[in-house]
Amino acid sequence: MSSIGNLNKHQARTAYLFITPTMLLFFAFTIIPVAMALYLSFTNYDVVSRMDFVKLDNYKRLLKDDLFWTTFKNVAFYSVIFVPLNIILSLLLALLLNFKRFGVKLFRTMNYLPTLTSAVAAATVWIWLLHPEFGLVNNLLGYIGVTGPAWLSQTETAMLSIIMVTLWQAVGSNMVIYIAGLQGVPDYLYESAKLDGANAIQRFRYITWPQLRPTTFLVSTMSIIGALQLFDQAFVLTQGGPGNVTKTPVYLIYQQGFNQLQMGYASAQAFVLALAILIFSFINMRVTKSEEPVV
Amino acid sequence: MAEPSLPAAGAGMPASTAFAARKALSGISFYAAAILISVGMFLPFFWSLITSFKPSDEIFSVPIKWIPSSLTLEHYRSAFTTVPFARYFLNSFILAASGVLCNLFFGSLSGYAFAKLNFRLNKPLFKVLLAAMVIPGIVTMIPSFYVLMHFPLIGGNDISGAGGHGFLNSFWGIVLPGASGSFAVFFMRQFFLTLPSDMMEMARIEGCGEFRIFWNIYLPLTKPALATLGIFTFQAGWNSFLWPMIILNDPEKATIQMGLQAFSYNHQTDFGPMMAGALIATLPILVLFLMLQKYFVQGIAFSGTKG
Repeated sequence: MSSIGNLNKHQARTAYLFITPTMLLFFAFTIIPVAMALYLSFTNYDVVSRMDFVKLDNYKRLLKDDLFWTTFKNVAFYSVIFVPLNIILSLLLALLLNFKRFGVKLFRTMNYLPTLTSAVAAATVWIWLLHPEFGLVNNLLGYIGVTGPAWLSQTETAMLSIIMVTLWQAVGSNMVIYIAGLQGVPDYLYESAKLDGANAIQRFRYITWPQLRPTTFLVSTMSIIGALQLFDQAFVLTQGGPGNVTKTPVYLIYQQGFNQLQMGYASAQAFVLALAILIFSFINMRVTKSEEPVV
Repeated sequence: MAEPSLPAAGAGMPASTAFAARKALSGISFYAAAILISVGMFLPFFWSLITSFKPSDEIFSVPIKWIPSSLTLEHYRSAFTTVPFARYFLNSFILAASGVLCNLFFGSLSGYAFAKLNFRLNKPLFKVLLAAMVIPGIVTMIPSFYVLMHFPLIGGNDISGAGGHGFLNSFWGIVLPGASGSFAVFFMRQFFLTLPSDMMEMARIEGCGEFRIFWNIYLPLTKPALATLGIFTFQAGWNSFLWPMIILNDPEKATIQMGLQAFSYNHQTDFGPMMAGALIATLPILVLFLMLQKYFVQGIAFSGTKG
């Protein structure tokens, strides 16, 4: 009896030793920062001068900060188009490339390649593709007699360009996730539906779509969280312009915090954005009504 | 949907002919759609590759030239000579590789502990780690900067963390915060759970130490998981942009993403070198992918099913 107790004690000691590095890092770079995030947002911390507690000043200022709400409007516009398109396109792609046909692996690979590119490299390539005069996109449009816009420098198309680039980068990996989801749907469901005379659309509506609910939940949650924190592409493609139409909250927080060093105020902005992310993730959870536990 | 259904018989035709016709039609429409989409998705790669090898005067031509009259390496040469691209490449490689090593080691060490060892705080600590994964990165961005800057006894700081610049402008400031990501721990734990525990009991009876049980018996069995995790960690490290830009000020320490961004910002019309740079910045991940494709697919399928 006592030897088992010793073994357990020994095992527990080993276990604590094994998790120590992870827990220390977790403490230093997650627990402390999360606790500090809230605190900093009530201070006027600016790196150089003394940090004072300023109560709700940052939040009061934020309510009247037009630029801050503009960035929220921008990212809302972005998300409202990006997130549904991301889901629809990657699901359609998955449905298409889930057929067992010759060469399907090659097609999947070609669609997956864009997800390997970094945001900066992708944006750099697309700056060239979207060049108003010599770019590939406008020249292709020219073949069918359409005069393309100056994508990145017109207020109407700048955000659409970012949506296009981020979709190009995003659909590939979501396609793979959806294909994995599709392959998890048991065949007998389709067999019996066919016997009952259900057509392809009905089978999709009543079998595939409900069965994919956990997958859709995962894809939509990740794309909402990513979309609301859009930064890299906006920074490289348009530098937030023209006229701030592509400036996003993360972009503003970065500038406020690290260019102007108003870290207290930037923390308050970050906190509001995080709150928005949590709220929208929660709404999404209720909408997709995932019955499966997430983890 | 596993297989497309082929409901039989068009009116007036013998059933077998109608069946064959429908089959051919569905084949043609499948390949038409698949080729059109795949070529479209691949076009940006093709176009940047072509541009990077085109002579300068053919880059700006209307109508566009699909096939260059001659190939040149001048854009690659100019990308490497205008800015220290090789240096950036090396910096990024060091950062990404250290990220991989740390995550594989610490991730599997604690993943093993959470999966295979009994201790009282096992469940609670693991739940806290998991729960923290929902915290958006933007929340911890500024405070993490603060923590790194005021890290005690580092970079000229005293014990209270004042006086110096801590981990700022150092590679540690990038490697440390992500050195044992919650995802790595979770991923490895799930994999260790699938391995049987009786090997552990046997080894203990034989008098094998706990670390050796982990290192010599269990870890070698997780090679596929380590490969998958390693690839994704490398990709994340190589492609990351905002955090290195915040931490590193010294141009000598800039990463390839920072270098590429600065280059495309400062040389806005040099599309040849820009495309050369973008391709160089993508190449390591592409090579990794082509070599280890099956691990990529396994990894995404894993996160897709286990969430």
